[in-house]
Amino acid sequence: MQPKSHKLWFAQGIRDGIPIALGYLAVSFTLGIAARNAGFNPWQAFFVSLTNNASAGEYAGFTLIAAGASYVQVALITLITNARYLLMSCSLSQKLSPDTPMIHRLLVAYDVTDEIFGISIAVPGKLDPFYNYGAMSVALPGWAVGTYLGVMMGNILPANVVSALSVGLFGMFLAIIIPPARKSRIILVLVIISMLMSYLCGVIPFLARISSGMRTILLTVVISLIAAIFFPHEEEDTASADAAKEVPHESIG
Amino acid sequence: MNRSVNIYILVMALTTYLIRVLPLTLIRREIRNKTLRSFLYYVPYVTLSVMTFPAMLEATNSIYSGAAAMIVGILLAWIGVGLFPVAVTSCVVVFILELFL
Repeated sequence: MQPKSHKLWFAQGIRDGIPIALGYLAVSFTLGIAARNAGFNPWQAFFVSLTNNASAGEYAGFTLIAAGASYVQVALITLITNARYLLMSCSLSQKLSPDTPMIHRLLVAYDVTDEIFGISIAVPGKLDPFYNYGAMSVALPGWAVGTYLGVMMGNILPANVVSALSVGLFGMFLAIIIPPARKSRIILVLVIISMLMSYLCGVIPFLARISSGMRTILLTVVISLIAAIFFPHEEEDTASADAAKEVPHESIG
Repeated sequence: MNRSVNIYILVMALTTYLIRVLPLTLIRREIRNKTLRSFLYYVPYVTLSVMTFPAMLEATNSIYSGAAAMIVGILLAWIGVGLFPVAVTSCVVVFILELFL
């Protein structure tokens, strides 16, 4: 195959990034509703989205900040909810040519999301960083503008509509965790235990004193670690191909 | 508490970037440790579960509309309905129920 130029890869990235950007616009709109509920103004939420591009991580951050958490706690929850990107970046580092200059590595790393990882790993052969730049150039604005609009519309729309929109993000979370839970008994049990523990830690008098953000951090680390030790995830394929397969097309952002 | 939103934003941005950039610049190889790989694989499912329940029930004006939306959402996701239909239906369930609650 004739090697494509950077320009062509950039154009291809934009093409593949457009459907992602449209999806992001909708997801981040409901994220904006959550940001608004946490007391963020549209621009603050816009900048969080522009600099994070991560729905679960941002949502967790918003809720913690609303509860007056410390900077360390916010860093910790961001670290944990976004920990999966560590795995994806490791895979991506194999996909880049070993002589890729540092500047390109620094830039590609800026927007490793479930979806962008998914399309980059699917590229045949080595990854041209310009493909990622193309995808980012549409996906990032989609995500940030959607968040901005979510906060702004949340302030305009009537209270019952905002109440209804507040569950949108949770609906997406469910759509992410339930299908794999149906396929894998381990994930199903993990989901049930996680929800149960989350509820119990909120009502048991001694445990309820732990702030909700700290609860999310502790439960995530403890439950995932126990599961990883006793029920290590079986992978059939090579790491990168497996990771690409496991990232659902409709994913977290 | 006198904390600045701008510093919060900076903290989140830096943390997220470090997670993404370190493997691409310094590590440059696969994580082979099975326990660590499994841990990173399980984390999203656990953290999303913890964040969804019971928070989804508390997000709405009435706990019942939130619960109904959650049940409908789980059922739809279970039968394989996609991300956006599940999200939109959850919202519609809350909206309709709260007209009566």
